[in-house]
Amino acid sequence: MTLWWRSVANDVLRLEEVHKSYAVGTPVETEVLHGINLKLARGEFVALTGPSGSGKSTLLNIMGLLDRPSSGKLFINGAETSSLTEAQLTQLRGQSIGFVFQTHLLLTAFTALENVMMPLLLQRGRPDETMRVRAASLLAQVGLEKWQNNLVGNMSGGQQQRVAIARALALNPSLVLADEPTGNLDTKSAEAVFELMRQVNRDSGTTFLMVTHNVAMAGRCDRILDLVDGTITAEIKK
Amino acid sequence: MNSFIPFEWIAAIRFLREGRLQTVFIISGVAIGVGVIVFMSALLSGLQANLFYRLLSSQPHIVLERPKQQVTQLRVAEPGQQLLAAVQKPPQRVSSVDQWQKVRDRMRLRKDVLAVSPTVTGPAFVVKGSSNQAISLTGIDVDQYLKIVPLHEKLVSGSYRLTNNDIMIGTQLAEDMGMQLGDKLRVATAAGASRTLTIVGIFDFGNRSANQRTVFVLLSTAQNLLNLVGGVTSIDMTVTDPYAAEKIALSIANETGLNALSWIATNSQFFQGMNAQNMSSMLIRLFVGLSVAAGIASVLVVSVVQRQKDIGILRAMGGSRGQVMRVFLIQGAVVGLLGSLLGSAFGFLLLTAWRIGARNPDGTSIFEITPDPKLFMYATLIATLTGLVAAVTPAIRAARLDPVVAIRG
Repeated sequence: MTLWWRSVANDVLRLEEVHKSYAVGTPVETEVLHGINLKLARGEFVALTGPSGSGKSTLLNIMGLLDRPSSGKLFINGAETSSLTEAQLTQLRGQSIGFVFQTHLLLTAFTALENVMMPLLLQRGRPDETMRVRAASLLAQVGLEKWQNNLVGNMSGGQQQRVAIARALALNPSLVLADEPTGNLDTKSAEAVFELMRQVNRDSGTTFLMVTHNVAMAGRCDRILDLVDGTITAEIKK
Repeated sequence: MNSFIPFEWIAAIRFLREGRLQTVFIISGVAIGVGVIVFMSALLSGLQANLFYRLLSSQPHIVLERPKQQVTQLRVAEPGQQLLAAVQKPPQRVSSVDQWQKVRDRMRLRKDVLAVSPTVTGPAFVVKGSSNQAISLTGIDVDQYLKIVPLHEKLVSGSYRLTNNDIMIGTQLAEDMGMQLGDKLRVATAAGASRTLTIVGIFDFGNRSANQRTVFVLLSTAQNLLNLVGGVTSIDMTVTDPYAAEKIALSIANETGLNALSWIATNSQFFQGMNAQNMSSMLIRLFVGLSVAAGIASVLVVSVVQRQKDIGILRAMGGSRGQVMRVFLIQGAVVGLLGSLLGSAFGFLLLTAWRIGARNPDGTSIFEITPDPKLFMYATLIATLTGLVAAVTPAIRAARLDPVVAIRG
């Protein structure tokens, strides 16, 4: 019993028998995830690999509370999420989860600093000095202190991805979900971005789950989960 | 980012600024719409005020006359009897209002009456050599009558100061009879009375018929000519609120037992015309307003589609549906506000251009337009509200976007 509690407390995220189907109730109903069981421990750096169409993005969306499972349970920091309302999910997502997307989805109408401030701003409603300080220090951490007042549209792909990482860390989340964060970058930038994430992971203990097709990069993670046709077929621990 | 401005305002302004060309076009669209509405409204109220002034400055608001002469039916049908009778209506003779001095004094005590002037009106002829013309002879007490009809403003030449032997005629009559100031003119009535009078003033009422038929003499002169010594045919009045003339006329009729005719009743066609004009201008304004609203809504709908990814990002980062909705509502209101401010300036420019450009051949303005500041205030308020309302559907659409779908685009 004690062990179970400890394990729950230690888990940033836990999935129990998670299924996800699309077009439910129609002749073309398709199940994309078939009973996923998964735990992400605090401070872990996990790679999620798998061929295209295997359900990686769907799984990531469910873990990121952007989508709900058709059945099964999802725990974030020990709290079960199926009974939460849309507004509560939004709040929990803002507080606990940071996202880094493949296409470095940033708000082009804002500067690098403002993009990093955005999660704090959405939570608190009005900008203040502490947000600015926090965002500036995060941008310094990703090596972009000189670029903070540039509109993100004027930055390179690698720089944009680093802004996205700084933004994902703004609210000090317990989990960062990164969907092929290096997929669109050249080798040098990809390496720099990966190293940055590992560095943050080591320094702050933030849990990372990174979807990647890069085998070498996956090999440098603490654990590799291989998703094939909606089922985790292999789990390699280092 | 200013610390006093909430997130929704910051995002709304940034999104509008980023979509520069689109924003400029829609604000221009709103501005043109509001400008046209402001210009049209000011022009129309100026035109109507001018028409009302012209109409009201050439006639009394209420005319009090003795009741129509009736015939008393001598034989009345008894129960069970059927009476077949053709009762002829009597012709109305020129006759005096009973005890008109008392009525005049009572009218002067009323708070809703501004001025009271007794007049004598009746048919007559002007004769010069072998030519003659039918006229409507009006006898007035000049000082009192000036408070009813500003004769001095209508005067083309001469003076309005009349003595017992003077007459004022209209421009058309002067032309028809080939007469000018100082000429003598014989006025005769059907009763056989006649008198030679001197033309001391020529007026222009802006109406051919009035300029041809109406002539003014002193009250006593008219009384003598029309065989109505000591009497008056009507009591003319102006009231404090010309638009309430009908109501006041009714109350006076009840009070005095006389016939009270308001200018509203005597100009019913004019009023129908005014109402038709008001209705058509209201419809035009309504449709311009609707097209402005549709313009704002369509631009915002497109903007929601364009901003789908941004909406997804905001939602993924913990932005609530309410926050996303407010961002788009604010955009609608800001477009409405900026458009209406620009539109008010545009409308003001159009009005200034009209004032400079639209002039009579003699250089005077066709009519005065003094735009009411309230008009600009209402236009701004209504356009901002229209922007807000037009943004509701796009804002709801934005708020309902599924973040997963939004991010995938």
